[in-house]
Amino acid sequence: MKILVPVKQVPNPDEKVKIKKDGSGIELEGVKMVLNPFCEIAVEEALRMKEKHGGEVVVVTVAGKDAELQVRTALAMGADRAILVETNEELDPAAIASALAKVYEMESPDVVIMGKQAVDDDSNQVGQILAAKLSLPQATFASKVELSEDLKKATVTREVDGGLETIEVELPAIITADLRLNEPRYASLPGIMRAKKKEMKVIPISELGIDTAPKVKVLKLEPPKERAGGVIVGSVQELVEKLKNEAKVL
Amino acid sequence: MSVFRGIDYFELEREFTDEERIIRDTVREFVEKEFLPIVVDHYRKGTFPVEIIPRLGELGVFGACYSGYGLPGISNVAYGLIMQELERGDSGLRSFASVQGALVMYPILEYGTEEQKERWIPLLASGKAIGCFGLTEPDHGSDPGGMKTRAVRDGSEFVITGTKMWITNGSIADVAVVWAKCDGEVRGFLVEKGTPGFEARDIKSKLSMRASVTSELIFDEVRIPEENALPGAVGLKAALRCLTQARYGIAWGSVGAAMACFEEALSYAKERVQFGRPIASFQLTQAKLADMVTEITKAQLVCLHLGRLKDAGRLTHQQVSLAKRNNVRMALQIARTARGILGANGITDEYCVMRHMCNLETVDTYEGTYEIHTLVIGRDLTGFDALTS
Ligand SMILES: Cc1cc2nc3c(=O)[nH]c(=O)nc-3n(C[C@H](O)[C@H](O)[C@H](O)COP(=O)(O)OP(=O)(O)OC[C@H]3O[C@@H](n4cnc5c(N)ncnc54)[C@H](O)[C@@H]3O)c2cc1C
Repeated sequence: MKILVPVKQVPNPDEKVKIKKDGSGIELEGVKMVLNPFCEIAVEEALRMKEKHGGEVVVVTVAGKDAELQVRTALAMGADRAILVETNEELDPAAIASALAKVYEMESPDVVIMGKQAVDDDSNQVGQILAAKLSLPQATFASKVELSEDLKKATVTREVDGGLETIEVELPAIITADLRLNEPRYASLPGIMRAKKKEMKVIPISELGIDTAPKVKVLKLEPPKERAGGVIVGSVQELVEKLKNEAKVL
Repeated sequence: MSVFRGIDYFELEREFTDEERIIRDTVREFVEKEFLPIVVDHYRKGTFPVEIIPRLGELGVFGACYSGYGLPGISNVAYGLIMQELERGDSGLRSFASVQGALVMYPILEYGTEEQKERWIPLLASGKAIGCFGLTEPDHGSDPGGMKTRAVRDGSEFVITGTKMWITNGSIADVAVVWAKCDGEVRGFLVEKGTPGFEARDIKSKLSMRASVTSELIFDEVRIPEENALPGAVGLKAALRCLTQARYGIAWGSVGAAMACFEEALSYAKERVQFGRPIASFQLTQAKLADMVTEITKAQLVCLHLGRLKDAGRLTHQQVSLAKRNNVRMALQIARTARGILGANGITDEYCVMRHMCNLETVDTYEGTYEIHTLVIGRDLTGFDALTS
């Protein structure tokens, strides 16, 4: 089976990011980019599917040339080849989904598995929009995925508020990975060496003939308020007083 | 926890290939997630986390710069970066990998028979088997040529008698590369765990390198088949060539330890307030930090160039001596200075500086002491050999 895995590079989530002076975005200069953690989980799931059912794992990203390093990481984990839809613009989820839909049409995979969201802007939309554009079933927030023996259906356990929901979708479908789906492997050194020789096809986004005009415009980014220091209260009475009148939580 | 970005004052990042960067980052992540959370506990108990060995094998770090028999054959710079990241974790972790790769896999690849390579290399690379390297003896450290361990041929067997001391991985090893004199000439042999007369006893009294197994190996008329001799391992030079491989890794590894200490000292100095100001705002602290980053940067440049020389096949053992001598002493001094910056907190194991500092005392001594490398360089420069009379 052919598994398509859209991935995104994001600023290292463990790192503190700075907002640009004009508030238009975050300062990316000198920030270390990594593969989005949910994308890593999606790659891992795709590799496990391949290991179990055979086939091919194709990763795709819509980004600038500099995303090659992160895509290589996915290849080093074991993906078979990569497609980089090259753009120097910052695209919104709808435009990314349009580009992915085109790649879907070129590749005709049996299943698409991707992260539920990217941890940079936390949009959580690309998978859903892609499913809508392609009129495919979607199974979002997957914490468990099982394929039927004939590879025609997937049983997906979804993490929903307050519990788990198990659904069945016909393939091809769009599955988005949640945190608990699996624990991604480390790329092995032989894997990293092999990744160098794997195909990375670059397609300029202009060749796809899609409308990339943004439907969402970011007006301003602001850092959260700095935390004020704590106070030590003298008595229970004072604590209750403060909770009631200052924090207004009682 | 703040993320470690590496210390890169001179934009060396651009000098590495994509592959070298991915390899470094993979090992860095592994060490941060899988090793750093457990190292302090092991250090306290004086144990090595053996369960991590097959996982490092899966990653493919052992002997990674060599080729053939399924080995990945990565560049020597990439291999050096692995050593750097392992030692940023703990010198004991890097020591394990150095012994396994440079001191056991290397001599088997270089001096062994086809059968020996086919049998041992895949096992050692995957971490399914552990190796150790026995050269030092109780009475012969810097002067291994004077070794007393003997191998005597008896029909189709060799009989080995003697004692090796300070052997990393000794008691956990499945195979020992043992150096012994046979008819007056130093030769290398493979001795397997469980061979009658062969015993390993751990050295328990260490205040340094506590998260590493160090043992005494005792050979009491140990009989090994002649197939276990490493045919190419003849003469002390053969043993010293293995050490050149390991010392190359140490030159990089010590930079990792220094980075860990510097990083901790810098962030501590920015947070710790005395006299109403962060101690990082005092000129004396800034001078220490400036010296540290200067020395680390110089050592990094030495490593990178050393690696490129090794990749080009032009490396000399004297160049490796220079790098090992300089970088380890640099790291040791940085660890001591960093320890001082952390004040009383610096003596606890809640911070890494004293652990690294204690470890680096070993690193300064093993694989040729600072003094011995001084004399190697001195001999190379002057033509006078201060080591032999
Ligand atoms: C934790 C640990 C792990 C080790 N692992 C291994 C291992 O896996 N395999 C192995 O074979 N060995 C191993 N060693 C041994 C190590 O290589 C030796 O300790 C080292 O070679 C020094 O020998 P020595 O301790 O006998 O010191 P000595 O040779 O007795 O030296 C003592 C001091 O005298 C100085 N000195 C000696 N000769 C001269 C000279 N000619 N001129 C000036 N100064 C001199 C030295 O520099 C040193 O300062 C390990 C050691 C330690 C501590």
